[in-house]
Amino acid sequence: MIPAKFDYIKATSISEAVNLLDEHGFDAKILSGGQSLLPAMKLRLNRPEIVIDINGIPGMNSIEETGDEVIIGANCTHTQILNSDMVYKTVNILHQAVTTLGDVQVRNRGTIGGSLAHADPSADYPAVVLACNAQIEVEGKGGKRTIAATDFFQGIFTTALEDDEIVTAVRFPKVAHGKYLKFYQSASRFAIVGVAVVFDDSKVKVGITGVSDTPYRATAVEEAYTGNGDAAEHAVDGIEVMSDHFADENYRSHLAKVMVKRALEE
Amino acid sequence: MGEFIGKSVKRREDARFLKGMGKYTDDIKLPKMTHSAFVRSPYAHAKIENVDISEAEKADGVVAIFTGKDACGEYGVPCGWQVDFKNGETMREPKHPLLAKDKIRHLGEAVTIVIAETLEQARDAAELVEVDYEELPAVTDPKKAMEEGAPLVHDDWDSNAAFDWCIGNDRAEVEAALEKAHHVTEMEYRNQRLAPNAMEPRSYIADYDVNGDKYTLYTSTQNPHLIRLLMCAFVLGLPEHKVRIVSKDVGGGFGSKIYHYTEEALLTWAAKEIGRPVKWTSDRSEAFLTDAHGRDHVVKSRMGFDKDGKIVAHLTDEYCGMGAYLSTFAPAVPTYLHGTLFQGVYTTPLIHLNVIAPFTHTVPVDAYRGAGRPEATYLLERIISKGAQEMGMDAAEIRYKNFIPPFDGVEEAGYQTQVALQYDSGNYEAALKKGLERLGYDDFRKEQSEARKNGRLLGVGISTYIEGCGIAPSAVVGALGARAGLYEVGQVRVQPTGKVSVFTGAHSHGQGHETVFAQFVADKLGIDMADVEIEHGDTDQVAFGMGTYGSRSLAVGGSAIIKSIDKILEKGAKIAAHKLEAAEDDLEYASGKWTVKGTDKSVSFGDVALTAYVPHNYPEGLEPGLDFSSFYDPSNFTYPFGTHIAVVEVDADTGAVELQRFIAVDDVGNIMNPMIVEGQIHGGVAQGVGQALLEEVAYDEAGQMITGSYMDYAMPRADDLPMIETENTVTPCPHNPLGVKGAGEAGAIGSTPAVVNAVVDALAHLGVTDIQMPLKPQTVWKAMQN
Amino acid sequence: MNVTITVNGKQFTHDIEPRLSLAQYLRENLDLTGTHIGCDTSGCGACTITMDGNAVKSCTVLAVQADGSEITTIEGMAQNGEMHPIQAAFKEKHGLQCGFCTPGMVMVAADILKNYPNPSEEDIRHGLKGNFCRCTGYHNIVKSIQLAAETIND
Repeated sequence: MIPAKFDYIKATSISEAVNLLDEHGFDAKILSGGQSLLPAMKLRLNRPEIVIDINGIPGMNSIEETGDEVIIGANCTHTQILNSDMVYKTVNILHQAVTTLGDVQVRNRGTIGGSLAHADPSADYPAVVLACNAQIEVEGKGGKRTIAATDFFQGIFTTALEDDEIVTAVRFPKVAHGKYLKFYQSASRFAIVGVAVVFDDSKVKVGITGVSDTPYRATAVEEAYTGNGDAAEHAVDGIEVMSDHFADENYRSHLAKVMVKRALEE
Repeated sequence: MGEFIGKSVKRREDARFLKGMGKYTDDIKLPKMTHSAFVRSPYAHAKIENVDISEAEKADGVVAIFTGKDACGEYGVPCGWQVDFKNGETMREPKHPLLAKDKIRHLGEAVTIVIAETLEQARDAAELVEVDYEELPAVTDPKKAMEEGAPLVHDDWDSNAAFDWCIGNDRAEVEAALEKAHHVTEMEYRNQRLAPNAMEPRSYIADYDVNGDKYTLYTSTQNPHLIRLLMCAFVLGLPEHKVRIVSKDVGGGFGSKIYHYTEEALLTWAAKEIGRPVKWTSDRSEAFLTDAHGRDHVVKSRMGFDKDGKIVAHLTDEYCGMGAYLSTFAPAVPTYLHGTLFQGVYTTPLIHLNVIAPFTHTVPVDAYRGAGRPEATYLLERIISKGAQEMGMDAAEIRYKNFIPPFDGVEEAGYQTQVALQYDSGNYEAALKKGLERLGYDDFRKEQSEARKNGRLLGVGISTYIEGCGIAPSAVVGALGARAGLYEVGQVRVQPTGKVSVFTGAHSHGQGHETVFAQFVADKLGIDMADVEIEHGDTDQVAFGMGTYGSRSLAVGGSAIIKSIDKILEKGAKIAAHKLEAAEDDLEYASGKWTVKGTDKSVSFGDVALTAYVPHNYPEGLEPGLDFSSFYDPSNFTYPFGTHIAVVEVDADTGAVELQRFIAVDDVGNIMNPMIVEGQIHGGVAQGVGQALLEEVAYDEAGQMITGSYMDYAMPRADDLPMIETENTVTPCPHNPLGVKGAGEAGAIGSTPAVVNAVVDALAHLGVTDIQMPLKPQTVWKAMQN
Repeated sequence: MNVTITVNGKQFTHDIEPRLSLAQYLRENLDLTGTHIGCDTSGCGACTITMDGNAVKSCTVLAVQADGSEITTIEGMAQNGEMHPIQAAFKEKHGLQCGFCTPGMVMVAADILKNYPNPSEEDIRHGLKGNFCRCTGYHNIVKSIQLAAETIND
C-alpha cells in the first residue's frame, strides 16, 4: 500500500505550519503522530498534496503544571502522557484513558493533539476532555484562541478548528476523582462506548465517546445524578445513537447506560 | 523413544527467523525485476462494459498492462476435486479466468494487471485504468442463492448449485427413526465465513529464462508440486519439466496457501511476455478480498435420542457456499472432509447428510484449518450438548453413554462408521475423563451454582471431537472425485561422507519439519541430528510431492521417508555384510553401525556410505550409491481425537465473554516432538476460539465486504486468550510406521464448540439453548434478553 | 528528499520519495528484510522496530520522518553473533512457528521489558495487543517474554 504522491514539509514553527495550511487549504494535511492519517493515505482514502509535519516544532511536546491546571503540548505522545507522574497524580482519569488507547507502538507515535484534531467519534480522548472541561489551545492565521472541549467536537471527523488552525496544547483542570471506562470493539479496539466521569463534590461531569457521531457531555445524566448510578438511565437522552456491525442502536444505548452506571458507582 | 524421537528438541529453523534472516518470497529481489498491481472490481456482480488503459499506459514507469482480452490462459485455474450431483449429473465447473473479461463475479476480482518499474509506479498507473461496469444484483448467502429468482453467478446453468450431494443411511430410514425418537433436538445456524489471515500475505515472483525456455515461480504456497502440475497441465500448457516452483520460507498458510491462485499463473505468463521477472505481493485488503475463505455453511439439523439419551438418528441439511468459482479443493471440504465425520465419536446407528453447494457472488471458499471437520465437530458437539440440556442430562454423561468403546485397531478391529470411513484406533472416554479431571468438573459445577447466586454467569463447555487426517489412499480418494493422488514422496540421499540429505514433498510453513523430520531420521539411522538436513519447497530439488495440509506431513510424508530409510538400511546391510565378511542375517543395526551379532565386529554407517560411492571392494551385482526415493500411499486416514473443555464467564450486563480456562486433551497418536505438538494445539485452539468469539467475514446484500480490514475483522489478540492447558492421551495409529496421527488442525477442530457450549451453559438457566457465532457481546446480550 | 538515518548503528543517507514508509525503506533501500509487512496499516505489528528506543510500527512512519533518528531492527538485536536474550528465549520456549510475526514480536517485547522489567502475564498480554500472531495462540510468546525477563534480570 502506497499513498498517492505528496510533498512533505517539516514545519519548524507553529506560524510556518499555519501559513502553509492557509496557503494550501484543503490540499494540505497536518501530520502529527500519523497513526490514523498515514493508513488512510495508504488506502488512498485521503490524498493530500502537501503533508506538513509538525513533530519537530519546538515547545509542543511538554507537559507542564501551572497552579490548578496541567498543560499538555499537542505533540505529546500517548506514551509520554501515560508515563507522566504529573498526569497520573493530577489528572488520573486521563492516565486511565490512555492505558486503554491503541497499543504500545501506536502510543509511542500517536499524539493527543493529532487525535483530538482527527475527531474520530470512537476515540478515547474526547470523553475525557469533555468530562474534565479541558480547554483546547489552537493557533491560526488569526492568532491564538482557546476552544472549550464542549465546543470543539462538531461531528464525525469534524471539529471547531478553522482550516488554517492547528491544535497546540490542551489544558486540563486538575481532577481529584475521575473514572474512565471503555467497552471496546473487538477488532479495532476503539470504543463502542467510552465513558469519562469527573466527580466534583456532589456533582459529576460525564463525557461519552463512541455512542454518537459526536462525543458529548451527558448533561441529562449530570442533572439527574444523586450520588449513585441511577442517573445512568439518561446516558443517551436526546442523542442520536450510532449503529454498526458490532453494536446496533439498541445495544449501544444499553451499553452506554451500563458503562455510565459502572463509572458513576466507582 | 529414541535419542531424539519424543524429545522437545529446539527448532533449527528458529535462528534464521529470530535474526530476521528468513527468506520469504517478498524478501527476494531478482535483477531487472518489475512490480505489479491489480485493478480489482469494486462490485460483487457486474458486467464489464469497457476497460480503458490508454491513460495508464502513458504513466511513468509502466512496462505492460494486460486485461482479460489478452490471451493468458483461456480456461483459467481448474478445480482439483469433482463432486457430482446425487442424481448423477456432473459437477458444474465454471471457467475461472486469470483476469475477468466480460463479467465480475466477486468483489475484488482482478480486471487488469499493471506492470511497472517500481511498485509505486504500478499502483499509480493502476489508478488511471478506467473500467466501466454495469452493476448487477448479487447474492452472497448460500441458502438465498438457491431461492427462486436469485441472481445467477454463472449463466451457463439454470441454478446456482455446483452440486447436490448426500452421504450416510437412507434418508427415509433416518426420518422414520426421528419420528419414533423419544426426543428430537433441532438446530438451525450458520457456520460463518472466516478469513484465514496467514500473517504473510500471498507473494509471487515469476521469472522466465529465454535461454533455456525455463520458468521459475517463487511462491508462498503450501503445495509447490501441485501448483506446478495444475499450472502446466491445465492453465498455461507449459512443459512441466521446464517449470520450477520455489516455496521456501512461507509465513503461515492454514489452508489459504494450498490452492492454485490466478495470480500465480498470470505472473508466470506475464514474465515471458515482458521478458523480465514480475513480482506481486498482496496487501492485506487484497488478502481479505481474494484469499480463499473458510466455512460458510448454513445448517439445519435434527438429532433423535432415546429416553436414556442414546442417539438414535441424525439428519442434517446444509447449504455450503462455494463462492464465485470452485477453488482447488473446495468441493471436497463440505463433503468428503465433512460428511464422513458425522459419526463423531458416537455409536449413532442412522445418519444422513445432504449438502447443496451453491455458487455465490463472493470470493471462493475452500479448506481453512480443519476443513470440513470443524464444521462437523461444531454440529455434533453443539447438538449433543443441546440435546442433553433439553433432556436435563449432564453434558459429560450423555457423551459417556454414546461413545464408541475403545479399540486399538490391532487387537480390536477398526470402527466402521455409517458414513463410509473406518476409524483406525480410538479411546474417546479416556480423553474426556482426563479433561474432566484436569478441570475438576464436580468442583466447577459447585462453583458455578454458587456464582449464579451472586449474579455471576460461569459456564463450562465440553467438546469430544474426532477428525480425519492424512486423507488417503489415492485409489479411494480418486473414486471420491480427487483429481490427484494423496500419497507423499520422501527421498533419502546418503552422501559419500555419511551425511544425509532428505527431500520431502511435504511443505513446512511454520510446522517445523526441518527439526521434527531430522529427529526421526537421525534416530532411525542412529546418527546425529546435525548430520541430517531436510529439504523442501523446491520442485527442482524434490522429486514430487503433494504438499502440506490436512495434518498429513508426518503421517504421510514422514512415512515416505521411513520407507526410504528402510531401503537405505537394507542396502547398507548388504554392503556391511560384504565388508564384514558375514551373512546379512547375522548383522544387527544399532547406533549407526552394523555389528555381527555376538561379536565386536562392526562397520559404521559412514563407512558403508563411503563404500557405496567408492565401490572398490563391493558386493557383486549391487549398484553403487545410497540414495532412495519412495512414494507412500497410506491405507487409511488417521483419526486424531480428544476432549476440549472451555470455562467462561459472561458479563450479565454487556454480554462480553471472558475465556477463563481452556483445557485441550488431544490424542494425536505417537508424538515426535512434544514442544511442537503443543505449539500446534495452542495455535489451533486460538483459531478455534477466534471463530467462536470473534471472527466473521460479513458481506452486505450488495456483496460489499463489511469486515475487510483489521479494523473490522476481529482476530484473537494476546489479551483475548488465557494460557492453554494441554494434555495428551496416546493411542498410536496402527497403520503407519511412526504410529502418528497428525496435530495441525486438532486444536481448531475441537475448540470452537467447547467455547460456544460453555457460553450457552453459562446462560442455560435463562433458557438460552443456542447462540449464533461469533459470540459478539451484542449477540450474547440479545440472546439473554429473549 | 535527503535523509540520514542510523540503522543498527550504521549511518545511511538516501534521496527518497516522501511517501516511502520506513518499513519499505528498510526493506527496499537497506535490504533489511527482517522487518515484515503484514497489513501495512498498523494493525498487525509485524513491522515493529525501535525508533530512538521506542517500539513503533514502521509501516506507519514515513521514512522522511525518521531523518536523524536511531533505528534498531531485528537484524540489530543479536550482538557479535550472539542472540539477544529475547531472541534466545523465543527459541527456548518455542515462541515462533512460521516466523513472520516474530521480528515484530521480539521488537515489541524489548519495549515491554523496558517499561516492565518484571512483567506479569497481564502486562505482557497487554503489551502484545498491537501484534498479531496466527500460529502460536500467544501462549509460548508470553512464556518467551517471561523467560527473557528472567534472563535479563539475572
